Amino acid sequence: MTVLVVDLNWRKDSLAYTEFVSPILAAVKPLEPCAVRHYLELQHSEIDGYSHIILSGTPLKDFEFLKRLDRFQWIKTSQKPILGICAGMQTIAKVYGENLRACQQVGMTEIATTKENPLFSGTFQAYSLHSYTVLPSPTFDVIAESKECIQAIKHKQKPLYGVLFHPEVRNPDILKRFVESSLGI
Amino acid sequence: MKLGVLFSGGKDSTLALHLAAEKEQVACLITMVSKNKESFMFHTPNIDVSALQAQALGLPLVRVETEGRKEEELADLECAIAEAKGRFGIEGVVTGAVESVYQASRVQRICNRLDLWQFNPLWKTDQKALLETLIAKKYQVIISGVFAYPLDQMWLGRQIDSAIVARLVELEGKYGISPSGEGGEIETTVLDAPLFKRRIEVADAVVEWSGSSGVYVIKEARLVSK
Repeated sequence: MTVLVVDLNWRKDSLAYTEFVSPILAAVKPLEPCAVRHYLELQHSEIDGYSHIILSGTPLKDFEFLKRLDRFQWIKTSQKPILGICAGMQTIAKVYGENLRACQQVGMTEIATTKENPLFSGTFQAYSLHSYTVLPSPTFDVIAESKECIQAIKHKQKPLYGVLFHPEVRNPDILKRFVESSLGI
Repeated sequence: MKLGVLFSGGKDSTLALHLAAEKEQVACLITMVSKNKESFMFHTPNIDVSALQAQALGLPLVRVETEGRKEEELADLECAIAEAKGRFGIEGVVTGAVESVYQASRVQRICNRLDLWQFNPLWKTDQKALLETLIAKKYQVIISGVFAYPLDQMWLGRQIDSAIVARLVELEGKYGISPSGEGGEIETTVLDAPLFKRRIEVADAVVEWSGSSGVYVIKEARLVSK
């Protein structure tokens, strides 16, 4: 069982790697072996070799990943548990043809769970660093919100999750629950 | 990408500078000189040494003074970053933030207003590992301020080595002290680092102690060959 962390930063081995990828590895590595692949080098055929997939966040000004949605089409066909963080959640929504809405939040944010799920419950504080959120959609359930916007979604038929906040900063237990649970539909 | 590094002259901003220089072009250092010793945003002990450190690094320094009043100091920081953008064409700002959401989110907002990238290459780094990295890379770092029990005057001016790291980790277990000073327990000053072309020699320094905290004040320092 190996967890794949997909680096969504604008280029491989960027200055943002230690800020957006390393903290995910620090939370997950004590539980399961991890591998990291940059999204531009990840081949669709590799996905089957991993048990869980986490899509990283990026710096606030980095939107290069949205120009290469062709590199993420495997998200639609995969049945693996997938968790997109911030840029990762925006990517998941865009792959399914959803639109984004401008909503900037930087700093600690109160998140309220709106639908029972295996990752989190109740109301909690989490670190936000984003300029866009997703819109309600028939494909996804909204599982958490802040006062300002949708904060987390789950695909209605698959273990495909997106969180707009950054669990690796103050909520690493969410990442642990993601890799520890089988996340049945 | 041309970057400016928010530089206090302590271990975290110097290590962040090192990591940034490995990936991008560091165009200048930005130092805030706060008159408020209690500032949540800015490091204060020996901040004037940053001018010598900039010379040692061969980098220009944007140095801005602030009264250090909460939130007003952020306006001063924004002016300093805007000046760095205007003078050196920086496209992004690097900080040495490790755990502080307070500091990181405030710098993020300023950079966003100024249309700049923002990077925190030490973000969430394990604190013991961070100190061990400094030793492995042969940084010469002294403790220039202590602000928490049971740290006392004996710590001031001491170079961070393996024995000091072991002792700090022990105190973390006993007293909850952050080994790298993330909670403001210790402040540091870098006298030598791999990117320094010359090292800093302290010619005169005094310990100033008050109540349960103190600083190692460098009164005179100079650059010498490595």
